[in-house]
Amino acid sequence: MTIVYEDRGDEAATEIPARRIRFTVNGAKKVAEVEPRLLLSHLIRRGLGLTGTHMGCDTTNCGACTVLVDGQAVKSCTMLAVQADGHEISTVEGLATASELHPLQEGFKEEHGLQCGFCTPGMMMAAKALLDANPDPTEEDVRWALSGNLCRCTGYQNIVKSVLWAAAKLRSGAAS
Amino acid sequence: MYPSRFRYEAPRSLGEAIGLLHEGGDDAKVLAGGQSLVPLLKLRFASPELIVDINNLPGLGYHRADQDGTLHIGALCRHADLERSDLLKSTQPTMAAAAPVIADPIVRNRGTLVGSLCHADPQGDWASVVLALGGSVVAQGPGGRRSIPAADFVTGPFENALEPDEIAVEAVIPAAAGARAGGYLKLERRVGDFATVGVAVALELSGDAVSRAGIALTGVGGSTIAATEAADALTGRPLTAGSIGEAAGLAAQAARPRTDHRGSAEYKRHMVRTFVERILSRVEPTAERAA
Repeated sequence: MTIVYEDRGDEAATEIPARRIRFTVNGAKKVAEVEPRLLLSHLIRRGLGLTGTHMGCDTTNCGACTVLVDGQAVKSCTMLAVQADGHEISTVEGLATASELHPLQEGFKEEHGLQCGFCTPGMMMAAKALLDANPDPTEEDVRWALSGNLCRCTGYQNIVKSVLWAAAKLRSGAAS
Repeated sequence: MYPSRFRYEAPRSLGEAIGLLHEGGDDAKVLAGGQSLVPLLKLRFASPELIVDINNLPGLGYHRADQDGTLHIGALCRHADLERSDLLKSTQPTMAAAAPVIADPIVRNRGTLVGSLCHADPQGDWASVVLALGGSVVAQGPGGRRSIPAADFVTGPFENALEPDEIAVEAVIPAAAGARAGGYLKLERRVGDFATVGVAVALELSGDAVSRAGIALTGVGGSTIAATEAADALTGRPLTAGSIGEAAGLAAQAARPRTDHRGSAEYKRHMVRTFVERILSRVEPTAERAA
């Protein structure tokens, strides 16, 4: 992961600290050289080219950059990329397979859970963490799990419906 | 936004971490959950030369009670651990009430109670809770360990009593003599916002009487406020409508709110009174220990 600096011939040019990290993204093993100040969100978007993870507020409020780290929802703008060393990252790109949408993605489609779509990847990843831990959530559970994710379009009603739709679909899949 | 450039170390032992801090001096900073520090780095309110990430230190993620009920919360115990904790639900009503209203669920997955105390934000919720409970912070440095009472730990807004080469390794809540009761109420504009007003009340009850009381206020002054006179008004007597009203009035007097975008000073002071009354009027003693 490269950050390009102006070369002013001073020591700053020769003392760029970099660390080698190994991590997993959506099941694929990766190795990267990162500067410690690089944020996880930047590693994902620029280093890996996975631009499904969005940067919204950049101040830990909006949750658009939510990814899973070892299965837990994390705001990737508020974690250093070096801290991903040895950990498993899941992004929205890991939800669908080549031929099939993930039930969460289907749910957002069926229940009109998005308008502009900017918050959607973060919503889906926060919802995934919830459904992995609690396959049969109540509406209140869903609202709790998504309370760190802001949407300025939908008013949230359809997002909650979308997650409940996905939960039902996942349960029916698990039962059959 | 990018933080300014820093050196990063992720030691595997506490001794190594303390050594790095000793070497780094005033220019070093400890990174635990990072939910306050990373935003500060990005906004460049903080530009340390060395970040010592303690997330790889073993054995600091605990929260556990001693036989006598003394509670220990390790430096890497996340807010989410406390939110899910049956131990807190059954023995620590003030903490159990606060855990679910810290920031938002995603931030709670990484943020830590001890880190929140160290950050010393006047609007931090845990500082009030730990202050009301008479807790302390255990600091470890090159010279060994020392315990710092919560009341002395915060020395100013975003300033704490740690030496540059000390790490806050745990927070300690002393054992209760009686049955614990109390709560934490927070007024916020939306989930994840800082408190417009937060009130922590921690009581110990012996029979009908209040044997110890602590009340602390969040977001209504330049620092966390211990409403000592309000707590004293409750101590040594049963909870009555009269004592509750008196304590609520004294707590409102202790508040030093300022009018801002979250509300007027008058409104915030009124909310302090309301929250103290609301918590106290709901008090049902919780058994300190099942045994």
